[in-house]
Formats: sequence, structure tokens, C-alpha cells
Amino acid sequence: MSEAHVPSGPRYAMSDSAHAYDRSLPSSLLEVRGLKTHFKTPRGVVRAVDGVDLTLQRGRSLGIVGESGSGKTILSRSIMGLLPRRNTLREGEVLFEGHRLDRLSGKEMRSYWGREMAMIFQDPMSSLNPLMKIGAQIAEPLKVHLDMDAKTAKSTAERLLREVRIPEAARRLEQYPHEMSGGMRQRVMIAIALACGPTLLFADEPTTALDVTVQAQILDLIGEERRERNMSVILVTHDLGVVAGRTDEIAVMYGGKLVEKAPTATLFANMRMPYTEALFESIPKLEEPSHSRLRTIPGRPPDLVNPPRGCPFAPRCVYARDRCYEEPPPLVPAGTPDHVYACWYPVGSPEYHERRKELGKEDLVTVTLAEVS
Amino acid sequence: MAGTGKAHLRDGDDTLLRVEDLVVQFPVGRTGLTVNAVSGISFDVRKGETLGLVGESGCGKSTTGRAIMQLPRPTAGSVRFEGNELTTMARADMREARTRMQMIFQDPISSLNPRRKVRDIVMEPLNIWKRGAKDDRARVVDQTLEEVGIDPTRASESQAHQFSGGQCQRISIARSLVLDPSLIICDEPVSALDVSVQAQVLNLLEDLKERHGLTLIFIAHDLAVVKNISDRVAVMYLGKLCEVAPSDELYRAPLHPYTNVLLASIPVPDPGAGATPVAVTGEPPSPVLPPSGCRFHPRCVNALEVCTTTEPELREFAAGHFVACHNPVLSSPVAVQVTPSATDAG
Repeated sequence: MSEAHVPSGPRYAMSDSAHAYDRSLPSSLLEVRGLKTHFKTPRGVVRAVDGVDLTLQRGRSLGIVGESGSGKTILSRSIMGLLPRRNTLREGEVLFEGHRLDRLSGKEMRSYWGREMAMIFQDPMSSLNPLMKIGAQIAEPLKVHLDMDAKTAKSTAERLLREVRIPEAARRLEQYPHEMSGGMRQRVMIAIALACGPTLLFADEPTTALDVTVQAQILDLIGEERRERNMSVILVTHDLGVVAGRTDEIAVMYGGKLVEKAPTATLFANMRMPYTEALFESIPKLEEPSHSRLRTIPGRPPDLVNPPRGCPFAPRCVYARDRCYEEPPPLVPAGTPDHVYACWYPVGSPEYHERRKELGKEDLVTVTLAEVS
Repeated sequence: MAGTGKAHLRDGDDTLLRVEDLVVQFPVGRTGLTVNAVSGISFDVRKGETLGLVGESGCGKSTTGRAIMQLPRPTAGSVRFEGNELTTMARADMREARTRMQMIFQDPISSLNPRRKVRDIVMEPLNIWKRGAKDDRARVVDQTLEEVGIDPTRASESQAHQFSGGQCQRISIARSLVLDPSLIICDEPVSALDVSVQAQVLNLLEDLKERHGLTLIFIAHDLAVVKNISDRVAVMYLGKLCEVAPSDELYRAPLHPYTNVLLASIPVPDPGAGATPVAVTGEPPSPVLPPSGCRFHPRCVNALEVCTTTEPELREFAAGHFVACHNPVLSSPVAVQVTPSATDAG
């Protein structure tokens, strides 16, 4: 597959027999195998993504959850080929509809960006051009990727704005980003991302900068568009609450690795990785009375220049034992379908129960004053 | 959502802060128009209490926090802090009063000077007020840094960018603590943090409050966070108060339709809970031309004819539970209906 593949989704071309095989195969839309993304820095090599495997079917949604510095954003950018080439080492395979994307040049990737995969970023203000009218910014990908003329692009832009539920779409086209609220800007970002009808949408913390009420609206909008367009969505977030009701599957990342992956309902019913449990228990819950102590995760994510030898979470894990510091745990099946986790003493194991009994609730919630550095 | 009325104000000697009929307006350029950021709200905070102020962006919650600090001075109304009226206080006295009331902000990294050593930043309030001898200052600073979980040695060598967001927020907290204030106004202190770090900061604030006998005003848009830390919660919408109640009570029986909307919007970490329907469409209208009557009526599913004309006053529904609504939600939890998106406000 050395030549550039020109996407031929049903929206763009009549089914061309040469490409018919992509559509007929029941294979996954996206397959990531052993993906590594390392950066050369003056401090040493940062192992931002260190061997990740993922599969995503068409029309499905996947949540990637982790703290800042877990590698979740780099993973999504690496899949999409958005990282600078200089000083970046990328290994492993990224297959999109069976085609190897990891071997394509930046120029060849362009035929995928917008038309096949698009991304919504966290901060809608800094992702929009402050000097361009909204309409022109939505029309741009339509002209570049779909060769639309200015007039068609403008009317399509208006339709897209209506689709993302922006009232008075025609008037909004003539406005600049600063004339809109944060929620409206994020809707514009979604309109731009959806403009060329991508089959895979990355949403990287799309609602972190927004109010809860607007967050709910934006997440619902992404969900509706996914169902209507049979699009796949990868939702990247630090908040397990955000992905709980909105994704089919969840992958938890830590220290550049996947540490647990399961269908959403399975994960919440039966989380095995102590990191997942700690993330879950640190969320303030409405059912709990006020002033309930929250579970905290002491310390910080590992330094990815010198990752720990064993399990990356061991230094912060309250259940860690000697083995955890020595041997990195592999991803193992949890018994239920599609559920894998990487832990020697998972939640529910005898060792876990033993340690949990030893620890008072206080040990789980105390702010450790000594920083893990 | 009118929250005129003062039925919810409490009498007693242990009131640390009492805000009455607070109005803050800003002119819009040279247009002659006015932004009505805060339109006549009243509340009080007792010593040792944590008051949560909740609402969407633009509801005036941050402006309220700043108006208490007289930054800038409110357009009208009264702010009494430790028995003294702040709105008419002379500038020099006001500077002094601000040592007793401190603020922490949303973005921890940009609220610290990037060019200075972190320990110096924490030391600065003491230097300005010439508190104690030099050795005493150093001791207070190191002690406070340790209390918030920052290594003083590292702080004396490092700048803000060498710390994580959560650590920077703890440094901000340390800076606000060194002058030994009685009131700390926390303006969205955890909104920019990861959930795991958010939990650390919330627990830390609770500990410090206990240890130093602090009173907190906690401003946030996330009701789950506010509920966790607050004793009493005031819900704001477009410059007005909608509901004031003890936090457990507010969650158990939210009366105002807007409070119900806020509660329904919180992402629940439970896939079995099902997706909550979008509880409200659009965004709050402009505070330049706020709606007539109850300011929430254009987005309210419970709105009646009277809501469009008459501003509701805060009245007591249960002990300590006040609501400003003509048609409050009496059965809880409420099935909040989805209003058609055609009413989407720009």
C-alpha cells in the first residue's frame, strides 16, 4: 500500500469496484496495533504512547480516559497523524479501513483529514481563527477537501450550522468567533469537523472548558450526529462521568499504556484496575452527603522519560506489592467478553480484599503531603 | 428568577458576611447600554460556614465574589464584613480589610507570576504588610507550604511552570492563607483540574477550613462539586438568586426548575443511569437586556403567565430552604422535559 489512498466513502463517489472491498469486509474501521509514539527531548526520550492496541467498529464510540499526562491526547493525534515528524518516533500500525496510515506522508494524510477523520479540540476559542468569519471557517474544508465552489460551500455551511442547532444560522455565518459564547463556538468547531462527513470523529476534551448545562448539550449533539451519520467517535476525557452514558467502550490510559479496556457497562459494573477504581472514586457523587471525603490519587503520573520498571501505577497504588514494582503486568482478559486489564492484584482479588481491609477509609482519602516526584 | 427578597437572611452574631441588595453594572462601551451582571442579590455567610455559589457562565457568580472584595466596588447595595460596611470604606481601610478576605482563582498557573520563585510569591503578602520579623515570615511561609503539600525547598528554587496545575492551585491556596484571613473566596478553584486532582484540592480546602477556622465562599458551575464542599448553596441565574438551601436539602428536594436543570446536567458516572435528556436548551440570554418578570422564564418548562411579568421573591418552603419561583417543582426528582430547540437562545 505505497500509493496514497483516496478515500471513496459513499458520500463522495459511486461505489467504485476497485474500492468495493473496503466496504464489504466486516473489518474494523480503525485498528491500532502496538502503537508507540516517543518524542526526543533534551531530557531524554518521552514515551508518551507506549504500545497501544485498539479496535473500533464503524458507528461505535470509544472513550479514552486518563489524567493529564497519561498520553490520551498524544494517542489520538498519533492515530490521526497530526504530530510533527521531527523528533517523533512512531512505531506500530494504524489501519483505517484496512489501509496502513502510519506509512503515509503528511501530504498523503491530507486526503484523510476532514473527509475520513476529523477532530474537535478542547479550547474552541484558540482553535478558531479570530480574524475569519465563522462562515468562511466552515466553508474552508468544504472548498479544500470537497472542491466545492464558494456558493455551494456557503449554503452547506449554513446547513451545517443549523444541524449543530445554532439559531439564526445565516446571521451567524457573518460573525467572528469573539461574538459567540463558548458553547456556540464549540458548536461551530463541531460543524467544521463534520463538514466533510468524516467516518471517524475525535473529540479531545470537547466540553472541559464549558459549563455543565452546555456540556450536556454538546455531548448529546455529538451522540446524535454519530447515530445519524453512522460515524465512529473517540471521546478523550479525564472524567469517567462524561463517558459513562455516552460511549460503547472505554479504554483507560495510564503512563502511555492502556491499563483497562471494556464495554462501558462492564467497566462500571466490574472495574478491575485499581487506577480505574481510583478515578471513579475521586468523582464527587450527588448521592453522597455533603462533606464526604473524596478518594484522591496521591502523587503524579509517572515521568515518561524514566517510566517505572514495573506497573506504571504502582508508585501511586494503595494495593501495590513488591511484584508490581518489578514486573510490568500484561493486559489479560477479565473473563467477560472484550474486557482486559493490566494488574497483578486486580480489584476483587484476594490480595486486593486483604489490603482493602487493612486500609481505613482515611488511607484512601488523605492528601499525601510528601509529593511523589 | 428573581431573587429579590431577603427572607433568607439570618440574624445572629456569628454572621461574618452579609450582602444586601448587591447590584453590579458595567457600561457597554459608549453605547449607553448596561450589563446587569448582578441585579440585587442578598445573602449571608456565618463564621465557619461554606457557602456555594452555583450557576452558568455569565450568571454573575464571579462578579459577586469580586464585588465582595470591592474589586470593583458594587454599583449599589451593602456588603458588611466582620461588622464593617465595605462599600463606603476608605481605600486604605479597604486594603487592610482585604487581608482578612482572600481569593483563589480558576486558572492556577496564570494566577502566579511566571518569573518569580514560588516561595517568594507566597511570601509577598507578608512582606507587603510587614508581618513579623524576617525569620517569622520565612517560618510562616514554609509551614503553610508544607501544610498544602508543597516542599518549601523546591518552592524556593522553582517557578510556577515547574509545578502541575494541582500543585499551582495549592500554591495559590498557600498564598491566600499566609495573612491568616477569615474568609476565602474560591472562584472556580477546581474547574481546570483533573478529577483526581480536584478531589485532592477539595479535601485540602476542607482540612484547612477546619484547622484555621475559615469561612469559604465556593463559586463553581458543577453542583456535584459544590454539594461536596458546601454547607449551604445559593443558585444564581442571570444576576439573581433562584434558590438558597442547605446543600443536602437542595439536592434532596430541588425546588427551582433551574436547579433541577443544573442537577440533571451533571454527568453521572453510571452507565445504567441512562442518558439524561438535555434538560435545558440554549444558553442564558444577555444580561444587557434581561427578560421581564422571572429572568429564567424563556428557558423554563414550568413557566406560567405570571412569570413573564412579575419577578418572584425568595420565600421559604421548608426550614432554611428558600426559592424564588412562582411555580416551583414540588415533586422530586423531576422529569425535566426537553423543550424544542427552536426556542434556543442565541
